Amino acid sequence: MSRRRHSDSENEGGQAHKRRRTSEPIEIEDRLESLICRVGEKSTSSLESNLEGLAGVLEADLPNYKNKILRILCAVARLLPEKLTVYTTLVGLLNARNYNFGGEFVEAMIRQLKETLKNNLYNEAVYLVRFLSDLVNCHVIAAPSMVAMFENFVSVTQEEDVPQVRSDWFVYVVLSCLPWVGKELYEKKDVEMDRLLSQIEGYLKRRVKTHVPMLQVWTAEKPHPQEEYLDCLWAQIQKLKKDRWQERHILRPYIAFDSVLCEALQHNLPPFTPPGHMPDAQYPMPRVVFRMFDYTDAPEGPVMPGSHSVERFVIEENLHCIIKTHWRERKTCAAQLLSYPGKNKIPLNYHIVELAQATEMLYMRLDTMNSSCVDRLINWFSHHLSNFQFRWSWDDWSDCLTMDLEKPKPKFVKEVLEKSMRLSYHQRIVDIVPPTFSALIPAEPIFSYKYEDESASSLPGYPASVTVGNAIKNRASNEEILTILKEVPNPNQEDDDDEGESFNPLKVDVFLQTLLHLAAKSFSHSFSALGKFHEILKALTESDEGKLHILKVVYDVWRNHPQMIAVLVDKMIRTQIVDCAAVANWLFSQDMAHEFTRLFIWEILHSTIRKMDKHVQKIQQELEEAKDKLEKQHGDDEDMDKNSEDEEGQLEEQIERLQEKVESAQSEQKNLFLVIFQRFIMLLTEHLVRCETGSVDITTPWYKNCVGRLQQVFLMHHVTIQQYMGTLENLLFTAELDPHILAVYQQFCALQL
Amino acid sequence: MSVKLNALFSDSYVDISQYRDQHFKGNRYDQEKLLKQSNTLYVGNLSFYTTEDQVHEIFSKSGDVKRIIIGLDKVKKTACGFCFVEYYTRTGAENAMRFINGTRLDDRIIRTDWDAGFKEGRQYGRGKSGGQVRDEYRQDYDPARGGYGKLASQHRPTEAQNTF
Repeated sequence: MSRRRHSDSENEGGQAHKRRRTSEPIEIEDRLESLICRVGEKSTSSLESNLEGLAGVLEADLPNYKNKILRILCAVARLLPEKLTVYTTLVGLLNARNYNFGGEFVEAMIRQLKETLKNNLYNEAVYLVRFLSDLVNCHVIAAPSMVAMFENFVSVTQEEDVPQVRSDWFVYVVLSCLPWVGKELYEKKDVEMDRLLSQIEGYLKRRVKTHVPMLQVWTAEKPHPQEEYLDCLWAQIQKLKKDRWQERHILRPYIAFDSVLCEALQHNLPPFTPPGHMPDAQYPMPRVVFRMFDYTDAPEGPVMPGSHSVERFVIEENLHCIIKTHWRERKTCAAQLLSYPGKNKIPLNYHIVELAQATEMLYMRLDTMNSSCVDRLINWFSHHLSNFQFRWSWDDWSDCLTMDLEKPKPKFVKEVLEKSMRLSYHQRIVDIVPPTFSALIPAEPIFSYKYEDESASSLPGYPASVTVGNAIKNRASNEEILTILKEVPNPNQEDDDDEGESFNPLKVDVFLQTLLHLAAKSFSHSFSALGKFHEILKALTESDEGKLHILKVVYDVWRNHPQMIAVLVDKMIRTQIVDCAAVANWLFSQDMAHEFTRLFIWEILHSTIRKMDKHVQKIQQELEEAKDKLEKQHGDDEDMDKNSEDEEGQLEEQIERLQEKVESAQSEQKNLFLVIFQRFIMLLTEHLVRCETGSVDITTPWYKNCVGRLQQVFLMHHVTIQQYMGTLENLLFTAELDPHILAVYQQFCALQL
Repeated sequence: MSVKLNALFSDSYVDISQYRDQHFKGNRYDQEKLLKQSNTLYVGNLSFYTTEDQVHEIFSKSGDVKRIIIGLDKVKKTACGFCFVEYYTRTGAENAMRFINGTRLDDRIIRTDWDAGFKEGRQYGRGKSGGQVRDEYRQDYDPARGGYGKLASQHRPTEAQNTF
C-alpha cells in the first residue's frame, strides 16, 4: 500500500513540477479569459459598473496582452451571441479609451468573418455581422459604412446561377441585424435603407418555396401557420419599421454610457465584398418556424409577444443561443434558460415549454404531424414517462380508443406503450393503463418457437430441429452440424432433381429457429450464439435468397420483441451475415407489409443506412491517412534508400487497394439508396393506381405514413443522398413518375437550390 | 486566430471521478489515461431485476452500444445491481455521461462513471458475500437489491424468532 502511494506521488509530483514551470503566462491568459467571459456573473454590483471596471483592467493590460485580448473578444463575439450587447458595450468603452485598439478589433473581426465564411460556418458568421452592426450603436463603427456592407450583401440577390440558399443567407443576415441596429441606421441613412428593404422585398417575392411542405411539422394551417423562416422574419421587420424601430426587449448596456461613447471616434468598415459562390459551399438550409403557443395559451402573467413581433424573433434567437452554448451542462443550461434576462416581461415558461400542456397540444394535433416529429415525440414522451413512474392521465386520451388503430392518435399511444415497455417490463405497462386501453398494450416480448413440442412433430423440419438442438447442446462441431443439416429436405427441389444445390429455406429455418431458441434468454446469449456459429450462418446465407430468408426467420421467431429483432439485425450486418441491401429488401417485402407502419421498421432502416454511412467514412479516412503518410514520406527523405523505396511502393499499393475499397463501398451505398427509393416508388405507385381504378381517395392513413417516411429518408440522410442525386434523377425520379411521388423529390431538391 | 475559451465551455459531466479501481493492473497514471479515452461506462445502482434489454434501450439513446455486460454475484451468478456499457465511439459514452447519468432506469436513479475497459473477471461483485461491496455494509432496506445489506441482515432477528 505504502509502496504504491510513494510511486504515485512521485509521478504526480513530477508532473506538477513540470506544469508549474510553464504556467505563468497561461495563468494570466486564463484569468483574462475568465474575466471577460464571466463579466457580470455572480456580482452584487450592476452590469454597467462591472463593464466599467473590466474596461479599466483591460485598458491597463493592453500594452502587454493586446493580441490575447483581441482574440478573446473575437471569440466571444462568435461563441457567445446571447451576450452580444454586453460585449459590444465593452468594445465601445475600450474604443473610447484607445482609438487604435478599436480599429484593430474591427480589422480582426473582418478577418474572422472572412475565415468563417470560407469554412462554411454560416451560423457563426451571422453572429459576427450582428456584433459589427451593434458596434454602430456603441459608436465604434460609422453607420454609413455598415449600410454599405449591407448593400453589398443584398446585391448578392442580383447574382445569376447561384443557389437560392446563398442569396437567402445574405438577406437573412441583413434582416436579422435590424432589431439591433435598424433605428440607428434609419436615423442616419433612411433613403439607402429604404432602397435596401425594397430590394429585399422584391427578392422575397420571387423566391421559390417548394421546400416548405417537407419542413412543416403539421400539414394544417390552423391553429398556427407554419411559416417559412424568411417570410416570418420579413413580417417581423415590417412591423418593427411600422413601429418606427422602437424595440424594447434587447438589453442595451451601452445606453448608460452614452455620454462617454458619443465622444469616441468611429471607424469605417473596410469595403467588404461577399466571397463568391464556390461549388462546395454548404449554405444553411431553409427552415420553417415552429410555433406551438400563442398569447391565448399563456393566460396569466405577461403577454406573449405576437408571432410577427420582433421581440419573438429576438427571444427565440437568444434561447437558441443559450442551448447551443450550454448543451453539455444540463444544470447550467436550465439555470441560464430560467434566468433569462427580461424574463419578467415575457411568459418565459411558454417560450421554453410548458411540458404537460405541450404534450397535450401535440397529442391533439397528431393527425397532421409529420412522421419524423411523431417519432421524436414518441421517443421523448416514453423516456419522460419512465422518469416519472409512467404516471399520466391516460383517460384524457380515451378518444383514441374508438378510432381505427391505424390512425395517428391510437398509433402514437401504441408506440409510446411499446417504448415504455422496453424501459420497464410488460406487466408494468398492463398496470399503468386503464383496462380500456388493453387493445393498445404491446404483446409480451416472448420467443415464438415453431418446433416447440410434439404438436409440431408433423412439420417437415421437426425431426432435424430436435437433432440440431441436441447437437448444439452437446457442443458438436460445425462440420457435424452441417452434416445434420444436409439431411434436411428441400421444399423447393424435386426429389429426383439432380441439378445441384438450390437454396434450401428449410435448412435456414431449422438451424436458426433452434439456435435462437436455445439462446433466447438475453441479447448477450443471442449474440454469443451468432458469433459461435458464424461459419454456418455465413454458409447458409451465401445467396441473396439466403440473406432474405434469415431475416424472415429472425422476424418469425421474435415478432413479439421488435427490440430483439433490431439488435439481431444490427449484429448480423456488423458480422456480415447479411448486407444492408438485403435488410432494405426485407423491410419492404410483402411479408413485412403488415408491419410497414410500425416505428421499429423505420428504426431498423435508418440504423442500417447509418451503418453503411459509417462504413464508407471509415474507409475514406483510412485512405486519407495513407495518402497523408505518403506525402509526408515524400517530404521527409531527400535521398531515397532502398528501404524507403520499398516502403513507398507498399504505401502506393495500399493506397490503390484502399481506393478500390472506397469505390466499392460507395457503390454499395448508392445501391442501398436505389433499392430503398425504388421500393418506395413501387409501393406508392401501386397504391395510387389502385385508388385511381377504384375511384377512392388516395390519402389513406397508410399513404400519408408512407409519404412521410419517404420524406424522412431524404431529410435524415440528405448529406449522403446529395452525392447520388444525378443517378437518382436519371434512374428513378424521372419526369414519368407520378406527380405525387415526384413532388417529394422536388421538395427535397429545393432545400439546396 | 480561433480561441477555445476554456473558461466557458466546461463539460463537467464528462470529467473522470475520484474512483480508481484498486484491482487495476498498472499505475494511477495509466488508469487515468485509459479512463480519459475510454468508450466504456460502469453503471451502478441498478435494480437486481433490471435486464440487459432495459439497459440497452436507455443507453442506445446516446449512441450505438457495442456490448453490455451485466454484473453478477460471484457465488450465485445472478445479477447484482451493476453493469458495463461499451460504446462503439467515445462520443456515445460522453453523451451518456452528460444526459443519462443521474436519471432513472427501472425507477431508480442510476449512476454512470468511466471505466478503464472490461476484463474477464470484472463482471463479478467484490463483496465478501458475492455481491457488490456496497451491499455488504448498507443499513437500509432496498427490495430491489436483496433487501437489507448483508451485515445488517445477519444481525436482524427474523419475524418467526420473535413470535411465541
